[in-house]
Amino acid sequence: MVPVDSGVGESPAAAARFDPQSSEWLQALGCAGPAREAALERLHDLLVRIARGEVARRGPRLGITGPELEDLAYQAAADALLAITGKLSQFRGESRFTTWAYKFVILEVSAKIGRHFWRHPAVPWDAEDWDQLPARFGFDPAHQAEWRELLAALRRAVDEELTARQRQVFVAIVLNGVPLDALTVELASNRNALYKTLFDARRKLRAVLAANGYIGDDASRGS
Amino acid sequence: MNGWSALDRFLQTDPRDVGCAEATEMLHIYAELIAAGGPAEQRYPGIAAHLRACGPCGEDFDGLLAAIRGEQH
Repeated sequence: MVPVDSGVGESPAAAARFDPQSSEWLQALGCAGPAREAALERLHDLLVRIARGEVARRGPRLGITGPELEDLAYQAAADALLAITGKLSQFRGESRFTTWAYKFVILEVSAKIGRHFWRHPAVPWDAEDWDQLPARFGFDPAHQAEWRELLAALRRAVDEELTARQRQVFVAIVLNGVPLDALTVELASNRNALYKTLFDARRKLRAVLAANGYIGDDASRGS
Repeated sequence: MNGWSALDRFLQTDPRDVGCAEATEMLHIYAELIAAGGPAEQRYPGIAAHLRACGPCGEDFDGLLAAIRGEQH
């Protein structure tokens, strides 16, 4: 993976031009007394609204409903408010203040959903039921003769080519369907580190399968 | 999508992919640019590549975009 694109043309600091509304937010949150309290309350209300919208958007796919979903939204808003007020000096005006603030609450919702996963996990994260592999990728059991050899080669590559950590992450995410954010909790890691681990594993597995003629080798060049 | 294409897609990696940390750092800028109809993918190809490949970051992006667009209406 590579560092973020630098083609913006000017540094973030140079690009910073606070719009009037963002300036108002910063001024109100940066002062003391009733004006700040009012701004905090207004921001909290805004974050609750965004969090509720986000959990409602994701909820149906997660099997979380009712009061649990509402609690999750309020917790996310409260934690986001803390994070935002602690990082006010990091806001550089590259977007509107509210967009920057919404990012915090969206990330909090993700983190909380990740932790929520472990309340009712379908399988242990480190279980190794390789019979699940065909279904994970949607291979049709009726055409087993067509893909059996490919998946056997994939499993062999997982066993022989991946590092212990790559294998652990592959098994949890691919075989057992553990969401990345949930796995960060279990492994005391972070999203970026586990994504990178799986990214390297995917690249390695493709190279092995391509070298042995199971798949084409052109897809890792980017599109 | 059949198993072959799902597996093929899973194994594809884009060398421009910036990873979760960089994408998250820039997510508010990227989302606002998209919401405004700007050339976000051309300006930030590494973020675009990441959001296509990373489910959780893609989900965050969708949520942030929905929040921005909800505010606009």
